[in-house]
Amino acid sequence: MQDSRQWPLYEVFVRARGGLDHKHVGSLHAADARMAIEHARDLYTRRQEGVSIWVVPSQSIVASDPAEADSLFEPARDKIYRHPTFYEIPDEVKTL
Amino acid sequence: MSVDAGKVDADLVRYVLRLGDLSLILGQRLGEWVGHSPALEEDLGLANIALDMIGQARLLLSYAGEIEGRGRDEDQLAYLREQGAFFNAILAEQPNGDFGQTIVRQVLIDAFQLELYERMTASRDERLAAIAAKAVKEVRYHLRYSSGWLVRLGDGTDESHARVQSALDLLWPYTVELFAADEVDLRMAERGIGPPLANVYAGWSARIDAILSEATLRRPADRPHAWHGKRGQHSEHLGYVLAEMQYLQRTYPDARW
Repeated sequence: MQDSRQWPLYEVFVRARGGLDHKHVGSLHAADARMAIEHARDLYTRRQEGVSIWVVPSQSIVASDPAEADSLFEPARDKIYRHPTFYEIPDEVKTL
Repeated sequence: MSVDAGKVDADLVRYVLRLGDLSLILGQRLGEWVGHSPALEEDLGLANIALDMIGQARLLLSYAGEIEGRGRDEDQLAYLREQGAFFNAILAEQPNGDFGQTIVRQVLIDAFQLELYERMTASRDERLAAIAAKAVKEVRYHLRYSSGWLVRLGDGTDESHARVQSALDLLWPYTVELFAADEVDLRMAERGIGPPLANVYAGWSARIDAILSEATLRRPADRPHAWHGKRGQHSEHLGYVLAEMQYLQRTYPDARW
């Protein structure tokens, strides 16, 4: 249960310009979704940082457990063959 | 620069000062919240609106100074005029009160500026039309912010409802002055420079009714007003606002950073 004196937390994602992904920029407190958008506009786009904002209630985000990092991420460490680094890149390919 | 007083468009100077002073004094009032808002997020929200207001005031006061032709720039007009030479409607100078009272004042003025500037984009005065086109985008956001808060507070708890209703009752009488057209307003409308205030009022009134209805607030009755800030006759509050705003320039003339 939320403390009624404390506004819920929202995570803020900003798209810097058309064609780019929304990137996580931070979080803020707001009483409702509309206020969260307004606060995000005032806090995170006052220097023209973006053209679009997403806000997500922080409690809606399901996160991996840092304590499980070993079992989640360690097994990938020795599988270098998953990186496509063994290919010769043709000279004609300019942007990769 | 010619000092032919007969050529100065005194009506236009007065009209532009009224608009600029409204933004300047309200911006100064909102600035008082910095560091005192109920939440850090609101601190920035109010400061952003204050900065928009100061930005509008800069454009308008600069323009007024140019038409006036006495060599006064925006800073001299803001920092070195006496109280009786400010022409903002006195709603703008009313104290912040609690957060709800600030929001009520903001909704009333935002809706006025929005209805005014939307129409002024078609002004025959190109400079005012350009200033209005810039301001209208800012003001549309201001009203979105302030009306959102008024609905939350009005349609909130018993205490928040009671507080904003009493703020509305307190400030409502000052709204009459915004729409009371005097000879300057009438001549500006005739010349196609400023929109007729009756039209601005019709738009404002409908907008305010819709917001108050959503906020479950009661619209107070209009009363004849006895204030003439637009003619330089102010409430006791403006002197304190100016004392704080002008202190630095008056104590250290021409100080710059």
